[in-house]
Amino acid sequence: MIPFNFVYCRPATLEQAYEAFGQLQAEGKNPVYYAGGSEVITLCRAGSIAPGAVIDLKEIPECRVLSADREDLHFGAARTLNDIKESRLVPLLTLCCGRIADHTNQCRITLGGNLCGTILYRETCLPLLLADATVTLFGGRGLHAVPFQSVFDGRMQLEAGEFIVEVGLPGWAAQAPHWHIKRTTNEKIDYPLVSLAALCKDGRLRVALSGVCSYPFRSAEIEDVLNDSSLSIERRVEGAAALLPEPAYSDVRGSGQYRVFVLKNTLQTLLEAFSNDQI
Amino acid sequence: MIRYEGKTVIKLTVNGSVHELAVRPSDLLLDVLREQLGLTAAKPGCKNGDCGACTVVIDGWPAKSCLVLAVEAEGHAILTVEGLGGTAAVQRAFVEENAFQCGYCTSGFLMVCHALQTQHPTLPEEYVIEEWLASNVCRCTSYEEIRAAVGRLYPPEDAP
Repeated sequence: MIPFNFVYCRPATLEQAYEAFGQLQAEGKNPVYYAGGSEVITLCRAGSIAPGAVIDLKEIPECRVLSADREDLHFGAARTLNDIKESRLVPLLTLCCGRIADHTNQCRITLGGNLCGTILYRETCLPLLLADATVTLFGGRGLHAVPFQSVFDGRMQLEAGEFIVEVGLPGWAAQAPHWHIKRTTNEKIDYPLVSLAALCKDGRLRVALSGVCSYPFRSAEIEDVLNDSSLSIERRVEGAAALLPEPAYSDVRGSGQYRVFVLKNTLQTLLEAFSNDQI
Repeated sequence: MIRYEGKTVIKLTVNGSVHELAVRPSDLLLDVLREQLGLTAAKPGCKNGDCGACTVVIDGWPAKSCLVLAVEAEGHAILTVEGLGGTAAVQRAFVEENAFQCGYCTSGFLMVCHALQTQHPTLPEEYVIEEWLASNVCRCTSYEEIRAAVGRLYPPEDAP
């Protein structure tokens, strides 16, 4: 059980959600946005957070969009990972969603919740970083779309009361050669030591990583090394591993040193597949 | 906009019946099912979304009821083992394959398998079955028998 009370709001429109946030904040309720709820409920039960109000975004139509037109693909923030998987609109996003938690939890965890969560892996961000995604936000500036990379630097950078409405991916992302490798310590269903997503665009490899450092990232420097065909695969792997934006993450699942070892192994697998046209 | 604060009466549709229940917004569906409706098939295990013992089916999809607020289940169709009636195909299959030992995880597995059959009326690929079953834990390790029970849900003529 959750050992305290909170206010529950279920707005029907974007405007109602934002107004509710302001109103509840004015009432001193310290509100949080809510969709799948798995992380909010877990943190509430553990006593890690104690919001006075939750605002459930699941019933807002704009947050539930799931569509493809000739140029773009749109995924509402309140769509579950399973919805996205079943749609099979973007193969790389399908693969990433399919390796987060277990299937039953994928039926609850939402795209917006994964991107905004406190758990550091946020693996749905990887295809978005690679495919030049746009993200539509609603907040004090109303409804506005911005490049995903401009509001994501390992975690979402949102203004107070602002929330994700949907994510847009360009059509080419659905057709591009891609790769996803997730390495865990033991079980298939676990947090990653290394979660690597790769897309090939115009013959160039794009790579984003989660689990290696304390936040997910895409690095232009690492991509430059990985795409330098004048170097052997081994030199490229060593060079890329030396360019991590911070020391490798260390926890009970694996030391930083071990994560770098796994990363090198994963990059080797990727580059060999890429050079053999198996990607 | 709906706003609930303090104890509020909501309507939940469980196993085809509508129930009026007084709940707090922070009450979990698992606790409401067990303590207010006396539907004790959904079991508290880890209460952290890991073990799957509390799995129910909401609108045809499995959900761990320890990670669902009762208030957000309003307007949705909730199915528990009690709603299967004792003679559902999945229940017969578990009996025929002895797919349980202590039985604590059985309710959760039954609901996952029932939802699997609902969403995949014809035999899905093996990785799909594995993916669905991997959501639940059986500490008696009856996994082989549970997998065999799933096989009984799909007679050989259903194979693609």
